Amino acid sequence: MAQVTELIHNYLRHNKKFPHVYCAGCGHGIVLGSLIRSVHNLGYSKDDVVLVAGIGCSGRMAVYVDFNTVHTTHGRALTFATGIKMANPSLKVIVVMGDGDAMSIGGNHLIHAARRNIGLTALVLNNNIYGMTGGQYSPTSPPGTISATSPFGLLERSFDIVDMAMASGANYVARGTVMQVNMLDGLIAEALENPGFNLVEILSPCHTQYGRKNKFKTVVDMYEWYKKNTVKLDRYVKMSAAEQAGLTPIGVFRKETLPGLEVRYAELREKLQEQG
Amino acid sequence: MARKKRKQQEIFALGNEAVVEGALLAGCSFFAGYPITPSTEIAEVMSARLPRIKDGVYIQMEDEIASMGAIIGASLAGRKSMTATSGPGFSLMQENLGYACMTEVPLVLVNVMRGGPSTGLPTSPAQGDVQQARWGRHGDHPIIVLSASNVQECLEMTVVAFNFAEKYRTPVILLLDEITAHTREKITIPHAEDLEILARVTPAMPPEWYVTYEDTMRGVPSLAPLGTGYRFHVTGLTHDQNGFPTSKPEEVKALMYRQFRKIDQFFYDIQLVDEVECADAEVLVIAYGCVARSAELAVSMAREQGIKAGLLKLKTLFPFPKTTVQALARQCRAVIVPEMNMGQISREVKRVNNGFTKVITNNRVDGQIITPSEIFKNISQA
Repeated sequence: MAQVTELIHNYLRHNKKFPHVYCAGCGHGIVLGSLIRSVHNLGYSKDDVVLVAGIGCSGRMAVYVDFNTVHTTHGRALTFATGIKMANPSLKVIVVMGDGDAMSIGGNHLIHAARRNIGLTALVLNNNIYGMTGGQYSPTSPPGTISATSPFGLLERSFDIVDMAMASGANYVARGTVMQVNMLDGLIAEALENPGFNLVEILSPCHTQYGRKNKFKTVVDMYEWYKKNTVKLDRYVKMSAAEQAGLTPIGVFRKETLPGLEVRYAELREKLQEQG
Repeated sequence: MARKKRKQQEIFALGNEAVVEGALLAGCSFFAGYPITPSTEIAEVMSARLPRIKDGVYIQMEDEIASMGAIIGASLAGRKSMTATSGPGFSLMQENLGYACMTEVPLVLVNVMRGGPSTGLPTSPAQGDVQQARWGRHGDHPIIVLSASNVQECLEMTVVAFNFAEKYRTPVILLLDEITAHTREKITIPHAEDLEILARVTPAMPPEWYVTYEDTMRGVPSLAPLGTGYRFHVTGLTHDQNGFPTSKPEEVKALMYRQFRKIDQFFYDIQLVDEVECADAEVLVIAYGCVARSAELAVSMAREQGIKAGLLKLKTLFPFPKTTVQALARQCRAVIVPEMNMGQISREVKRVNNGFTKVITNNRVDGQIITPSEIFKNISQA
């Protein structure tokens, strides 16, 4: 454990921006740890990694880690990242967003980034709630959710982030949770190495704003819930519809290796410039 | 040995095409945009030209919000980047434009003004976005706003816009209007070697000494392109000198004051105006954009009639060229401000004139240009 902590500390701006903003039991720190291990294990230089984040609790992640970090506007992280990747394709661009960021205010940017297959990895930290603003329902809050803006239970349906990414044409689509960290390390590393647009949805609990109001007495209950109610995709697909009810599949939903837009654009440029 | 005189290239071009020529001369290699009349030719020509130059990138984004985000990202990665839009698109860009103001990202935004508000008059000219260009973002911030009144100026002012953006590390808005953007006339394309092309200051110190938003005499911090070893944090939150979020009053004040100072103290460099027959003028016309062309003709008509009229053509709209306006206004008995809005620059003129000279407004908001005879009538009655 001590070794793990030391590894992570090497990547943190520990003299500058701590203590962090995350509540006790928040999953976001686990995601950051997982991201750091993945980057470390792949041997990327800190100088080559650009971490682009949106607004909200997930957005604050950028300030803590010693990469090139850009904390952008709400929902727009992917647009900044697209500009960075097209301007300098040699950079490893990682985008961290929350569920409100990626699926609500930035929903349009997400589907278009996937459609144009821009070469970056999007991590969507889904805690089913707007945490930083005080617990309003988000587009991934399950129907019936009790929140600051749905005090009588949510009537709307929710988005499935994986389905959305698949339908929009993402190269690589996966879902993990902060409860299954070894698996998450693997998913993030695989996404980082894959060309084109890669998306990993990460279920990350917010007990402070979501759990307390929705029948999770303690933080541990939420982690237990993830453990009991998620099932690996290969097992999930073999289940009957009745068995699947209420379960969330996790794992890799799609893995294609089509070249990213930045690669195809460079090819076009080369061809045009050869013609003179 | 006599140097061979270079032949300058003359072309017949649209204002929008001239913007592209200016941008490429200035070293622009990244364009992101979204189609909107009457600015679309800029995107069209960029999409054909940029992939033909080294590392050039054109990308059509899903909307204007995304276009602004993409050019900020590209600029942080070290590119001279730009976008072009009009009315409704300009409104959508304000959010991320505010981010560029806060984070001091050099970029150029061309807004070809059309009739508004809302969808308004998509194919008719107007000058209704002047105050929006100055104040469209929430929060207090300085910004540079330029304009052009003919096709040659479209090219020249685009070069100036890039130079100011790089020199002062700020977004620069170039305001055109539908008439200037869609006028086709002969222009001369200067040689790149004959132009002064500026680039942003990059850090000269080793990465461990780099202070992201260092408060220097110039007030303009150096900017390292992403991925060059200077790992820093960029945020739209109010930040300290190291770029990290802060809410300490003394650090917030230092940031805000430096951002204003870096523009204010170079006012004389940024204030660009053309004076036509102003030396002995008794009636002064202050105009910009397509209206300045009408005004120029109106002034010469007045001179033929023996009226001592002059034209002050504003090329810089903000920071408002108050020193020139003030001095000229004091020498004249009347100042006429014709503009295609309900009085967006005339209020600036009145502000700096401070009641000294009579200010006559001449407004038009029906999608038609203000004619020389209309302005001449005002001059002769002033």
